[in-house]
Amino acid sequence: MNLSIFLEQIPDGDGTWLQSLMSGLGWTLATAFFAWIIAFSVGSAVGVARTTDRRWLVFLGNGYVELFRNVPLLVQFFIWYFVVPGLFLPVKAWVTTLDPTQHQFVTAVVCLGLFTSARIAEQVRSGIQSLPRGQRSAGYALGLSQRQTYRYVLLPMAYRIIIPPLTSELMNLIKNTAVAYSIGLVELFFRTREMGEMTFRYFEAFAAATLVYVVIAMSANRIMALIERRTAVPGYIMGAK
Amino acid sequence: MTGDLDFEIVGHTLPYLITGLQYTVQLTLIAALGGILFGTLLAMARLSSMKPLAMLAAGYVNLMRSIPLLLVIFWFYFLLPVIIQSVMGWERPPQIGADRSAYITFIMFEAAYFCEIMRAGIQSIAKGQVGAANALGLNYWQSMRLIVLPQAFRNMLPVLLTQTIILFQDVSLVSLLNVTDFVGAAVKVAQRDSRVVEMYAFVAVVYFVICYCLSILVKQLQQRIAIIR
Amino acid sequence: MIEINNISKWYGKFQVLTHCTSKVDKGEVVVVCGPSGSGKSTLIKCVNGLEPFQAGEIIVDGISVGAKQTDLPKLRARIGMVFQNFELFPHLSIMENLTLAQIKVLGRSKEEATAKGMKLLERVGLAEQAPKFPGQLSGGQQQRVAIARALAMDPIAMLFDEPTSALDPEMINEVLDVMVELAKEGMTMMVVTHEMGFARKVAHRVIFMDKGEIVEDAAKEDFFGKPRSERAAHFLSKILNH
Repeated sequence: MNLSIFLEQIPDGDGTWLQSLMSGLGWTLATAFFAWIIAFSVGSAVGVARTTDRRWLVFLGNGYVELFRNVPLLVQFFIWYFVVPGLFLPVKAWVTTLDPTQHQFVTAVVCLGLFTSARIAEQVRSGIQSLPRGQRSAGYALGLSQRQTYRYVLLPMAYRIIIPPLTSELMNLIKNTAVAYSIGLVELFFRTREMGEMTFRYFEAFAAATLVYVVIAMSANRIMALIERRTAVPGYIMGAK
Repeated sequence: MTGDLDFEIVGHTLPYLITGLQYTVQLTLIAALGGILFGTLLAMARLSSMKPLAMLAAGYVNLMRSIPLLLVIFWFYFLLPVIIQSVMGWERPPQIGADRSAYITFIMFEAAYFCEIMRAGIQSIAKGQVGAANALGLNYWQSMRLIVLPQAFRNMLPVLLTQTIILFQDVSLVSLLNVTDFVGAAVKVAQRDSRVVEMYAFVAVVYFVICYCLSILVKQLQQRIAIIR
Repeated sequence: MIEINNISKWYGKFQVLTHCTSKVDKGEVVVVCGPSGSGKSTLIKCVNGLEPFQAGEIIVDGISVGAKQTDLPKLRARIGMVFQNFELFPHLSIMENLTLAQIKVLGRSKEEATAKGMKLLERVGLAEQAPKFPGQLSGGQQQRVAIARALAMDPIAMLFDEPTSALDPEMINEVLDVMVELAKEGMTMMVVTHEMGFARKVAHRVIFMDKGEIVEDAAKEDFFGKPRSERAAHFLSKILNH
C-alpha cells in the first residue's frame, strides 16, 4: 500500500487523485441531499395517503410503493435516463438544453429521490399505524381537522418512532448513489473506479472509497442518534405502545 | 410520444434475453442459499459468548452494510484472483470472469444481511428454548441444530424470502461489469440495435411482474405462518 | 341537547347497534352501562361522529351529526370527550395538550389559551404538572388532565367513554371526584361506565345496553329500585356484589 499515489497529479487533468475523490464525494453527498428532500416529502405524502380512510388514496399509495419496490434501481436509472426522454418529447427537448453533467445529476436526484420515497412511504405508514387508534380519535374529538390531526398529533409521534429505520434509509440512499455511476455521474464510486483504471492501483483506490463510505455511515448513525435524543419525549418509552 | 417504437426487437432477441435471465435466477438462488448458510454462521458468531469471535463477525457485518454493493462487486472482482494466487502460491493470478466471481461476491455480501435476519430470529427463540434444550442434556450444537435454528428459520422465512427478492434485483448490478445477466443482455441488445427505449421498458416490466408476484406469494406465506402460530 | 333517534350500525354484516333511541337534556347526567361488547362505547362515539352509523339520526344542539353538510370538526369542538386510555398527546407537555386545540381550532391567543389551561389544571389539582409530559404522570393524573383538556374548549356537553376502566383501583376516585363535581355544576354529561356508585350519586338517568340494544332507559331511582328487564337485573346483581 502506497499512500503517495493520492497526492500524484492526474494525467491530463488538474489536481491530485485525492482531490478527484473528494470532488466525487461532493457529488455523492449533493445527490443524496437533494434526493433525500424529494424522498422525505413525497414519501411522507404517500405514507400519509395510505393511512387515510379514502380507499382510492390508499390504493394509489400502495400502487406507488409497489411500482418502485419491484424494479431494480439500476433499471430505474435506465428508465429515467433513456426511456422517459425517449417517450416524452417535451422532456427530451428540456434534457437537450442541459449539459451532460446536469442531465446526469438531475436524473440521479429524481431517480434516487422517488426510489427512496417509496421506502420512506412504507416507514411513515407503519409509524402512523403503530400509534394507538385513540390518538386520532382524540384529535378529532377536540375539533381538529384531519389535516391538523396529522400535523399536530399523528406525524410528530410517527416520525419519532421511525427515526431508526429512517436512518437506514438515509444510509441506503447514500450507498445507492454509487449506482448513478451507471449513467456516468462523476460521484465517489465513479472517481474510485477511474483512479483504479488509470493508475492500476485498485487496492488503494477501493480502500479509500471503503473508508469514506464507512465514515459516512458512522457519522449518519451519530447524527440520527443525536436527533433521536433531542426529540425524545420525556416519560415515553419508544417501542412501547 | 414518439411514434417509431418497435417492440418486435424483444421477440427477435428473446432467446438471448432468456439466457441472461437464467443466469440472473441461478446467481440469485446460489447466492441466497450460500448467503443464508454463511449468514446463519455469522449470526451464531455474533451471538457467541466468545467476545473476539462476536466482534469479528459484527465488524464484518457492519463493514458490508456500510459500503455500496457496487463497490463490493468491484472489490471481489479485482481482489479474488490476487487472494487465490497468494493462498495457492501460484505464480500468476488465475483468470476468473466477473460472472464467476459474482457468486462469491453475492454470497459474502448478502450473508451480512441474512445474518441480521437470522440473528433476530435466533434471539426471538433462544431464551426459553435453549434452557429447555440444555435441561434435556443437549449440547450447544445439538440445541442449535435441532431446536433453535429450525424454529428461527421458519419464523424468519418470509423475511428471508423478501431479502431474496431484493437480491434478485441487486444481481442486475453485475451488468456493470459486462456480465450477461438479464439486464446485461438487454443492455447489449439495446446498444447494438439502438433500441434503448423498448429494451429497458421491457426489462422493467418483466422485473416488476416477477417481483410483484413473488412478493404477493411471500405475503400469503406470512399470513399462513401467522395462523399456525 | 343530544337526541339519538333509531340508530343502527353494522361492521360489515355484523350489527353492533340496533334501533337505539334516547336523549340527554341540558344539564342532565346520563350513565350508560352494560356488559362488555354491548355497544355502549360505540354508541357514545356515534354522538360526536367518531364512529359513522348507517341508519337513524343523532341531533346535537340542533345539528344532525350524520348529515353530509355538517361541519364535524366544528361540532366536535363543542362536545368534550374523555377516553378510556386518556389519549393525551405524548409529545406535548401537559400545558400544550390543553392549549393545542384552543389555539388551532378556537383561534385563541397563546396567552389566553395558557391562562385558561392553567385555571383548569388548578381545578383538577395539577397546576404544578403543567410543564411535564404525559408519560411522567400517573394514570389518574393523566385522566384528570384529559378532562381539563376537554373542558378547555368550553364544551356544551361532555362524553366519557369508560374513563376509569384503565386505571389502577387506587386512582379511580380522584377521577370520579372531578366528574362528580362537574355534574353538580350542571354540566350535560353522557358517561359510559361500570361505576354504579357514581351513577347512584349523580346520574339522573341510567341506560342499560346489551347486544347492541338499549334494554332499559330509566330514571336512576327506577333503575336501581326495580329494573324491569331480567338482563339488567342480572347485570346489576353481578356488578354490585363485587
